[in-house]
Amino acid sequence: MGNMRTGAQILWESLVREGVTTVFGYPGGAILPAYDAMLEYPVRHVLVRHEQGATHMADGYARASGEVGVAVATSGPGATNMVTGIATAMLDSSPIVCITGQVGSRLIGSDAFQETDVTGVTLPITKHNYLVSNVSEVAPTIHEAFYVARSGRPGPVLVDITKDAQQGSAEFVWDGSPVRLPGYRPELRASDAERRRAVDLINGAKRPIIFAGHGVMLSGAMDLVREFAERANIPVAMTLLGIGSFPALHPLNLGMMGMHGEAWVNQAIQEADLLLAFGMRFDDRVTGNVKTYAPNARKIHVDIDPAEFNKNVMVDVTLAGDLSNVLRELLPRVERGDRGVWLDSIAEMKGDSAVRDVQNLPDSGHLYAAHVINDIWRMTDGKAVVVTDVGQHQMWEAQYYHHEKPRSLITSGGLGTMGFALPAAIGAKLARPEAEVWAIVGDGGFQMTMCELATIAQEKVKVNVAIINNGYLGMVRQWQEFFYERRYAATPLLSPDFAKLGEAFGLRSATVSRRQEVEPTVAMARAEPGAVVIDFRVEQEDTVYPMVPAGADLHAMIRRPSPSPIVETADD
Amino acid sequence: MRRTFVVHVEDKPGVLNRVASLFRRRAFNIESLTVGRTEVPRVSRMTIVVDTDDNGAKRLEANLYKLVNVLRVTDLTGDAAVIRDLTLIRVAATQETRTQVMQIVDTFRGRVVDVAPDSLIVEATGTEDKIDGLLGVLQPYGVLEIVRTGRVAMSRGQQSVATEPADAPAEADPGDQVSYSV
Ligand SMILES: Cc1cc2nc3c(=O)[nH]c(=O)nc-3n(C[C@H](O)[C@H](O)[C@H](O)COP(=O)(O)OP(=O)(O)OC[C@H]3O[C@@H](n4cnc5c(N)ncnc54)[C@H](O)[C@@H]3O)c2cc1C
Ligand SMILES: Cc1ncc(C[n+]2csc(CCOP(=O)(O)OP(=O)(O)O)c2C)c(N)n1
Ligand SMILES: [Mg+2]
Repeated sequence: MGNMRTGAQILWESLVREGVTTVFGYPGGAILPAYDAMLEYPVRHVLVRHEQGATHMADGYARASGEVGVAVATSGPGATNMVTGIATAMLDSSPIVCITGQVGSRLIGSDAFQETDVTGVTLPITKHNYLVSNVSEVAPTIHEAFYVARSGRPGPVLVDITKDAQQGSAEFVWDGSPVRLPGYRPELRASDAERRRAVDLINGAKRPIIFAGHGVMLSGAMDLVREFAERANIPVAMTLLGIGSFPALHPLNLGMMGMHGEAWVNQAIQEADLLLAFGMRFDDRVTGNVKTYAPNARKIHVDIDPAEFNKNVMVDVTLAGDLSNVLRELLPRVERGDRGVWLDSIAEMKGDSAVRDVQNLPDSGHLYAAHVINDIWRMTDGKAVVVTDVGQHQMWEAQYYHHEKPRSLITSGGLGTMGFALPAAIGAKLARPEAEVWAIVGDGGFQMTMCELATIAQEKVKVNVAIINNGYLGMVRQWQEFFYERRYAATPLLSPDFAKLGEAFGLRSATVSRRQEVEPTVAMARAEPGAVVIDFRVEQEDTVYPMVPAGADLHAMIRRPSPSPIVETADD
Repeated sequence: MRRTFVVHVEDKPGVLNRVASLFRRRAFNIESLTVGRTEVPRVSRMTIVVDTDDNGAKRLEANLYKLVNVLRVTDLTGDAAVIRDLTLIRVAATQETRTQVMQIVDTFRGRVVDVAPDSLIVEATGTEDKIDGLLGVLQPYGVLEIVRTGRVAMSRGQQSVATEPADAPAEADPGDQVSYSV
């Protein structure tokens, strides 16, 4: 019996063996044994200010690094505060493990103090969850939880551990061998017949487009996608979460598709004769009206999760499996293509609308979000890790920051969770300390999780925070402008002086309201060793163009009016 | 179209909840669900009847496989299968009507399993249609209470619905036979 440990110790023994070096958490009664034991282990604990922040940090950590992120909370309110972050990770296939304390096993079901049925609450928003009520189950469950979180289509896993399981003792035995779960099938393999059909369609296509989704990054298939596109000369469009999976400045890169994608991308999709969907799930923000979506195109869908096939869009060929494996099998059979006619016709569609060089616009005294983001892009050489919140600024980031590298845009796409950026940026920075990390966040979303400025200060996390302050819940205001006759119900937003707020947390802060101040302030932030908060007071009623109204045909975009609001006129 | 799925799951706490929750979350309406032990220890078998089309059935199957505790999903729809529903019916039966009721029950190959002064309990198994038919003819006598199990099903002939998990563990190469595509 030389290796007796408490359940709490076994938890940390197991986490360390899973490669965990950093956890994000908040203590409380039911998780106290685990916190006490933590002091003996080489794990950095980041004390958050709200458990939602812990889950977003774990998520940001996971998205930036590809490793599993870990969040810890107590029972009841601690665990329920995690719900938004778990749902966020679930919709975006982000691997996180949440550890929650639970009341003693004998108290379960008695409405004990801070008892919540957390496995029940999180059942539909986790990939899988566990209730551990016996010390002997701690180690195998943690091992299994990490395996489930990162294998196949990744996702959040929650492990709820009763207080007595943490306090009890058992022999610690670590079985690090690969987990075998009898029914779990993280990866399937497409049939050869289907691969042949796919190859025939690809080689015969005249107007094909590759869709690079989040799955490209999750599979680590960036180089293979690039090789594929270059060999067959097929242009590549990206989903919001696919941004970074294909170099922005690559000649075959079209840009983002969908609701706020560039007009020529959506137009090209509507004219394409073949769509090659690589690790993307045809979200309704991508397709618009599915009845009129890409009407001329055959569709090949490669996805690790067969439940995505024919869910939103009916496709012709489905290739189940890890994208890298599928591409490795297809590549040798894909013929070199010319497709000059197709590429030329897309270039023609681009025409003038591709002129997005906001740098060269005359300074009219107005500060637009696009300026700010484009300047940050230029000054960081497109190499920063940018974490955005949700709203207009998120879309402008996607349009004006050109990402060359994978895992360099971190954003909540599927759930669209406001409040994500600040905590997720902390997680991203701790995952990749060498990276320059910027949080680009709206004045609304910032105020949802701004308490995490204290975490930044306490943990000395070097992130730069660019608040795109337009005085509105801008994206909702935009919908009101277009679809509700400019009746701005509950969207004007009063905010504190963010620079003073930043200073109150001991962070260097600045306010910028003129365009010529952007560059020096960004330079200041980059040079400053500590975190910096910048309040960019931008044009208030600016609009994200183009826009496909929800449910409208993909080609029925609301286009940038002329003269464009970004191209200021003399009387501006 | 009504479809019958046989789902083998690990017999662990909460698994029924996970399966039911999946149907609810994905907006599939369960018409009936039965669950019980199998010939294999710690494996339960569910028979689930749901109204959906071919594509819905494929997605449902793929979604069920995403539940870690689901071992095997078989869509019995269209296969030759024995499908049964068990019912208990308490029917009013007076001195005068008792013989008639018993004759009807006999015709439907049901059994009288309890007799009280004014009523009988009838047990019947069969397809849902047959049981609906029996209920229809008993109605005029006064059906006081019914309980039905919902469908259970087994494919006909030699072929047994596999209890063991589908292949394709992460590290193994499942080969070409595993395909979920249409
Ligand atoms: C305000 C707002 C506006 C938006 N506007 C747009 C827009 O204009 N355009 C846009 O594109 N999005 C937009 N979105 C985001 C959109 O809602 C979706 O989140 C996004 O389109 C999803 O991208 P995805 O399918 O690539 O990623 P995910 O949703 O993460 O899906 C990834 C897919 O890859 C698969 N996969 C995972 N791992 C692998 C692997 N190893 N091999 C193969 N496949 C794998 C998964 O099973 C899944 O099907 C917007 C969001 C918000 C909040
Ligand atoms: C938690 C949450 N609540 C509500 C919404 C709906 N919503 C989407 S965008 C948006 C406005 C965001 O405003 P802000 O953070 O100021 O960003 P902006 O659009 O102005 O850039 C709102 C309220 C959401 N996505 N998330
Ligand atoms: Mg705003």
